[in-house]
Amino acid sequence: MSLSYVRTIDAPKLPAPTTTAGTWAKLRERFAPTPLSGLGTLVIAVFLAWAIWSIFQWAIIDAVWTAPDREPCNAPGAGACWPFVQAKALQWVYGFYPIELRWRPNIVFLLGGLSLAGLLIPKIPFKGWNALFFFLAFPIIAYVLLTGGRFGLEEVGTEQWGGLLVTLIVAITGIVASLPLGILLALGRRSKMPVVRTLCTGFIEIVRGVPLITVLFMASVMFPLFMPPGINPDKLLKALVGVGLFSAAYMAEVVRGGLQAIPKGQYEASMAVGLSYWRMMLLVVMPQALKVVIPGIVNSFISLFKDTSLVSIIGIFDLFNIVQSGFNDAKWASAQTGNTGYFALALIYWVFCFSMSRYSQFIERRLNTSYTR
Amino acid sequence: MKFLKLLALTSVFGFSAAAANAATLDDVKAKGFVQCGVSQGLIGFSNPDDKNNWTGLDVDFCKAVAAAVLGDATKVKYSPLSAKERFTALQSGAIDVLSRNSTWTMSRDTSLGLSFVGVTYYDGQGFMVPTKLGIKSAKELNGASVCTQTGTTTELNLADYFKANKMEYKIVAFEKNEEVLKAYQEGRCDVFTTDQSGLYAEVLKFANPADHMVLPEIISKEPLGPVVRQGDAQWFNIVKWTYYATLNAEELGVTSANVDDMKKSANPEIQRLLSVAVKNPDGTDADNDFGKGLGLGPDWAYNIVKQVGNYSEIFDRNLAQLKIARGKNALWSAGGLQYAPPIR
Amino acid sequence: MTVNTPHSKSVPPPAPAGGVSWFYDPKIRGYASQIIVVALLLWGLYVIIGNTQANLTKLNQNFGFGFLTQAAGFDLSTSLIEYSSTSTYGRAIFAGLLNTILVAVLGIIFATIIGFLVGVMRLSKNRVVAGAATLYIELIRNVPLLLQIFMWYALVLKPLPGVKDAHSLFGIVFLSKKGIVMPHPNFGPGAWAGLLFLVAALVGTWLFRRRARKLQDETGKITPVWLISIPIIILSPFIGLALAGWPLAFDYPELKGFNFSGGMTMVPEMAALLIALIVYSATFIAETVRSGIQAVSHGQSEASSALGLSRGRALRLVIIPQAMRVIIPPLASQYLNLTKNSSLAIAVGFPDLMYAGGTVNNQSGKAIEVVFILMVVYLSLSLFTAAFMNWFNSRMKMVER
Repeated sequence: MSLSYVRTIDAPKLPAPTTTAGTWAKLRERFAPTPLSGLGTLVIAVFLAWAIWSIFQWAIIDAVWTAPDREPCNAPGAGACWPFVQAKALQWVYGFYPIELRWRPNIVFLLGGLSLAGLLIPKIPFKGWNALFFFLAFPIIAYVLLTGGRFGLEEVGTEQWGGLLVTLIVAITGIVASLPLGILLALGRRSKMPVVRTLCTGFIEIVRGVPLITVLFMASVMFPLFMPPGINPDKLLKALVGVGLFSAAYMAEVVRGGLQAIPKGQYEASMAVGLSYWRMMLLVVMPQALKVVIPGIVNSFISLFKDTSLVSIIGIFDLFNIVQSGFNDAKWASAQTGNTGYFALALIYWVFCFSMSRYSQFIERRLNTSYTR
Repeated sequence: MKFLKLLALTSVFGFSAAAANAATLDDVKAKGFVQCGVSQGLIGFSNPDDKNNWTGLDVDFCKAVAAAVLGDATKVKYSPLSAKERFTALQSGAIDVLSRNSTWTMSRDTSLGLSFVGVTYYDGQGFMVPTKLGIKSAKELNGASVCTQTGTTTELNLADYFKANKMEYKIVAFEKNEEVLKAYQEGRCDVFTTDQSGLYAEVLKFANPADHMVLPEIISKEPLGPVVRQGDAQWFNIVKWTYYATLNAEELGVTSANVDDMKKSANPEIQRLLSVAVKNPDGTDADNDFGKGLGLGPDWAYNIVKQVGNYSEIFDRNLAQLKIARGKNALWSAGGLQYAPPIR
Repeated sequence: MTVNTPHSKSVPPPAPAGGVSWFYDPKIRGYASQIIVVALLLWGLYVIIGNTQANLTKLNQNFGFGFLTQAAGFDLSTSLIEYSSTSTYGRAIFAGLLNTILVAVLGIIFATIIGFLVGVMRLSKNRVVAGAATLYIELIRNVPLLLQIFMWYALVLKPLPGVKDAHSLFGIVFLSKKGIVMPHPNFGPGAWAGLLFLVAALVGTWLFRRRARKLQDETGKITPVWLISIPIIILSPFIGLALAGWPLAFDYPELKGFNFSGGMTMVPEMAALLIALIVYSATFIAETVRSGIQAVSHGQSEASSALGLSRGRALRLVIIPQAMRVIIPPLASQYLNLTKNSSLAIAVGFPDLMYAGGTVNNQSGKAIEVVFILMVVYLSLSLFTAAFMNWFNSRMKMVER
């Protein structure tokens, strides 16, 4: 039996409406969903093309590639002055560190790089030992190697350090010092003891309420006054103390976020099995909390890395300052030297910060998958 | 609590500089080099190149001290210091001598526990303007924008000068010298003011030095010289007579080129300067070893002149390139202010 | 040691006579450790104060704020109040504070506008628009602000002409390397009439808006409130002034020798600082806005387009108001950051609070006092901003019915 009005053959498939399918429609959907949006596309595309072309022209086509001194860079119409970067590159990395002793910072770079890579790449085993090395042994080794003065190493004063070396020292000291301090402050802020809580909260809020430059200024002018008369702390040390205290306050807030994310049951369970406060924190709460805040720590490391440029204001020859002071060299001072230096500097900072932020996103995704079971 | 941590940090890391030491000479001889505080980069006075070699008048003075004390002008280590930290570095013993275009003032000489040794360079604050403005005198600067560094005496002198001459001005002050130079070159301001030697040095960094001129007015006295810690008379004398030796050598015509020949000179003043052993007319040895009084060897002045040169050589080597004339820094016999007591 | 099995009779251990030993009493331990902390703190303070006193005596100085009334001796390039080298240190710091507030307020306003725009752009369906927003954010926020300030200063200064060939707008506004010079309004007596009319117009608009809302609720008719009231608000002070006999004179800038005299000037340092602050902070605000919008559930935007709202209206009327709850707290901390970052003005020589404080310290040697003042003022600024944003947040909170 068949029902004549029931169709037995499928009707031919109609093509999708031309407004929503096909290459053209897809392009329209992506680049000009509305006329106004299309205009925006056009304006932005033209602007981007112009900007990229101008930079390309300045940095590549019109650039001076080899020159003994500033003369070619000073010619009208000259672009970027790359020979300046070439001539100064080593100074940007090591500062005024004696040339024949540069193997020492090199070893420090190598050790730090390897150990950091071991910590950051998830596949590499021995994380615990590596962390122990990086946070305890490495600072001591780096300190001994860089300053010298013992084990037959020639002494090198911190005023001779500079460039990327100092930028990394400030950033890494900031993070290494701020992590334990920040954890203590965060615990203090959540403590049940009113005095400890008030002190920690006060410290965190005061430091977070003022600009880093004020903290550095305080460290550089007031710290010596607090010392017994006759002792004048090293300039770099003063900056490190300022940066360390500053980043500790921010780290404390990051860690506190992690502590709050730990369910109350974890605390109660550890108390129920009779762990003391410190054991509970060390064995149960912190390992979980720190894992949660790894992206936060990387993010605060990125801002710390950018903020290291501020130590140049109190006269430390970090990467920023050493590049800027190179503009002052009569051999290289030209109309394009400053632009080239700033361009190179922006590129260096950008590469560091961008890769760190990518890493932070990568780790965030990894952690997310492990938490959403 | 923070303080304890700081204290622990300081002691553990041992960063803090050694306390002041009374016998600087022994200290220098023991470590084998002179630690010399210089500026962080001022062409003609102390300036590092790409290879971290330092040159300049202040640097040559450090070398002269090393030549006199250790017999080797290369045995110097430089500490680049900012204006703010230079005196504390000397007080704390981090450096042995400060040779960093520092102005000799009464308060610095009397209340900082420091002693100025002499005036290696007579300077004063001046003005620079673009030639195209057609200005011939600072008196014509009414209403101008002036670029300078912040937190210096320059800033105060400037305010005083314009007030005294009943002129208006707009200040544009930066934290760093590089920024001041950049702003002036970009035309942000009409006038650039700093020590006159600084003006001559900075103009070299301009794309077109010929487009700028230094105005004749000097609005302050800035006698620049090396500084040592107070209370170490021997070291004070060594540094002071190193400076005088370069002046005396110039006066006597002894240069690094002819110093070996000059040892044979019959001029008793040269013989005393170079500690040449000669007989008195009565046959006894003349006491020509003036290094003894300083605690140094007899070759002290010979080493200075041989390895570094006399004052005019030092001046020409470092400042002639800046087109700075000797002016006030000529010897007294040539109408200048540089005058050294005799060696005898 | 006995093993407790489930079968053994569970007898609670007898409490020790007189409770827990005092040594293990958590309460006593708590008090003891707090007393130790306080004692250490006091001891530390004692040592620090002693050292500081010894150091100050050595430097022939004593602690006190008397120096604030001494003559400063230095000039500032720009100031909102009357200031010259004969003014006091205190006035220098106050002038710096006003400059900081000026930059912070302008920066916050413009950074918010650009930040919201870019944040919405980043979520656009248009790939080029979204890509450009992403590029802008990723480029700008990974470069130190200090470097950007220097770069903007070079970029701002380079293309501008010298003061003699200044770009002029109607012969009353001039743009040159020395900044933007504008006519300076001088209000005579009776100028309050303008202010009065302005206030009246604002109040009127507020009432009008309330009525319009009510009308919309009742009849669904939309009154173009802003189209009507904005011209009225703009015109009202002029009407007031006209009625009062125009007690307003302008001080026009005039080229005299090296500089424009008269008028008011925005120096290029401030322009560079402002641009850098706005461009930098806007990236962070954009990211905040983006995550706020993404936190609003998809159903909301689908529902609004089902209701026939255009994308712009959906954003304005449905999405953003809900996103605001998520946006405001991080936005507040971005505002705080911007205010604090304005202290980098010191790099390009814009006389803000930090610059004035640093110079006062250099000239007077009063390090402790100056640092104290700077800390207190910046803290108060931060607290003020935080309090304002808290108030705003409580206003924007979703009213649950």
